[in-house]
Amino acid sequence: MTESTNSEWRSAPPGEAVTPPGEAGSTLVGGPEEPVSPEPPTPPEQPGGKKKVVRLGDRLFQGVATGSGIFVVSIIAAIGLFLLVRAIPALHANEANFLLSGQWRTGDPENMAFGIVDLAWITVASSLVALIIAMPVAGGIALFLTQYAPKVLARPFAYVVDLLAAVPSVIYGLWGALVLAPVLKPVALWINGTLGWIPIFADGNVPANSGSNVFTAGIVLAVMILPIITGVAREVFERTPSAQIEGALALGATKWEVVRTTVWPFGRSGFVGGAMLGLGRALGETVALTVILSYTFEGPHYSIFDAGATFASRIALGSAEFNNHLTVGAYIAAGLVLFISTFAVNALARWIESGSGKGKK
Amino acid sequence: MRTDTADLERPASAPAFQQLGLGRKIKNHTATVLFGLAFLVAVVPLLWVLFTLVQRGLAPMLNADWWNHSFYGLLPNDSGGGIYHALVGTLEQTFVCALIAVPLGVTVGIFLIEYGRNSKLARTTTFMVDILSGLPSIVAGLFIYALWITTFGFDRSGFAVSLSLVLLMLPVVVRVTETMLTIVPDELREASYALGVPKWKTIVKVVLPTSFSGIITGIILGLARVMGETAPLLILVGYSRAINYNLFDGPMASLSLTVYTARKTSTEAGEYRMWGAALTLVLLIMLINLLATLLSKLFAVKTR
Repeated sequence: MTESTNSEWRSAPPGEAVTPPGEAGSTLVGGPEEPVSPEPPTPPEQPGGKKKVVRLGDRLFQGVATGSGIFVVSIIAAIGLFLLVRAIPALHANEANFLLSGQWRTGDPENMAFGIVDLAWITVASSLVALIIAMPVAGGIALFLTQYAPKVLARPFAYVVDLLAAVPSVIYGLWGALVLAPVLKPVALWINGTLGWIPIFADGNVPANSGSNVFTAGIVLAVMILPIITGVAREVFERTPSAQIEGALALGATKWEVVRTTVWPFGRSGFVGGAMLGLGRALGETVALTVILSYTFEGPHYSIFDAGATFASRIALGSAEFNNHLTVGAYIAAGLVLFISTFAVNALARWIESGSGKGKK
Repeated sequence: MRTDTADLERPASAPAFQQLGLGRKIKNHTATVLFGLAFLVAVVPLLWVLFTLVQRGLAPMLNADWWNHSFYGLLPNDSGGGIYHALVGTLEQTFVCALIAVPLGVTVGIFLIEYGRNSKLARTTTFMVDILSGLPSIVAGLFIYALWITTFGFDRSGFAVSLSLVLLMLPVVVRVTETMLTIVPDELREASYALGVPKWKTIVKVVLPTSFSGIITGIILGLARVMGETAPLLILVGYSRAINYNLFDGPMASLSLTVYTARKTSTEAGEYRMWGAALTLVLLIMLINLLATLLSKLFAVKTR
């Protein structure tokens, strides 16, 4: 820009050039994430937008940036596409019903029979156990950190919870299988003994005291998804308008009543969104469950004391037989189901989350 | 000690108006205790895991051979050996992963904030980054297998692992770049434009340096996350007990894979190696987290 253009731009009548051309009105479009600050300024083009000077550097840079955005979008499409293409031949060679069968025989490409029912049960059961345990705890932690903990301590405390996410899953697996499972044995036996008349707590396909069942797996998963749910919940609870909190306090509400009447209603949907994110993580968790769950050939009894394999751990266990396209295709088919379900869960989570806090300004 | 004026200046506290009923008091205290307990419940497994690791993994680490030997030639019952082969693998794989993921991720972040804000493509990209961040690591591994090994016909190798790790690290880098770029005050951009600096130069010379410390911290935290991944490694590379420096050829060990593999050796020596490798992995991750904190302090924009 020369000096004259600059001064010209500055002296332009308001409303014509103060808003850079092409940007007017775009602030009104609300994205899925509410912009923190309004539109960033764009460099002033020639006044009035009659003649645009486009520099090579600018064009190149914008091209590269946009291209990388497109690349990310295409990665997701490519994941779906490649998994589908590789799964189809195996699904054709499959002698069992993929959706309704519980067996998994893939070693011989000439004679494959595999289905996902049992995998789906173990996956869903362990994730739900994890969610049932983690949701109240994570909600409690988030409320504690945002509303109760002294301001000085809130940050280090939050850091401690985040540290849970830094521990690799294989280590959670070891800890779950070798340290936690023996400790949980009496608890599992007690639940199985006293509540055994409820089908979900009945005897599974491995003895209740073996430790390598959905019950243990669910508890370890709960620990693993705790930081995810807590992180999201903390963020939404923090955004509760302080006017609402002060209003409730002014009306004589106790701390608990403040939480119940302002913080919780405000952050509820965000909390649910965070829980969905945790569910997505739990569904796809691999190594911890591979280490914890023992593999049995007996079908599940639809109890939390079942053992078996989840989608992810089945794939991990099968990595040794990845030697021909059809066998790999069978595992890829299972992976595709996992991909689709986590995609759906995550998309739902984002959708719920983006709706939270809106309309209650 | 109390004077009348002090009494008047003191704001009226709740009991001055009305005592809380017993029921409300109990409810309030119960809630406080429960929420505090929830936090303790989260701390217990963390400390428990760390305690277990130190208790069982410290002995192998104190062995002088641990840091410069491999497991090569060890029989299941042989004690001794070191983690060097796995350390090499982990560092190489994550380094190459970062080499690809960081430039790509930062560019995507720049696109989202500086160029595409609120455009349809940007919204789609944000959504896809969200989906990518929820992508199970095993699926990332399967995808690279289907692409790199089945379709392109390469062998299993450390590089395939790096590629799958890129998918897992990318969303972290994009997210952090996005956040850091939004924080950069618009006044800085305006000042740069006012001096006649083109947009791309403004981004490179003004916006990025301002947010550099935050981005680097995020990148390193992303690295730490990716470093502990095991699932894609099971599919994409064979385990080797010998030292292999070549990412493109042959089986290659890494810390997480070593932990997973050593578990199958159910001897005392095997367990010794397993816990040793596990503690080494956690120490490495902690060290990197610490590095992130240090770097963010070091590179923080000086406000004078």
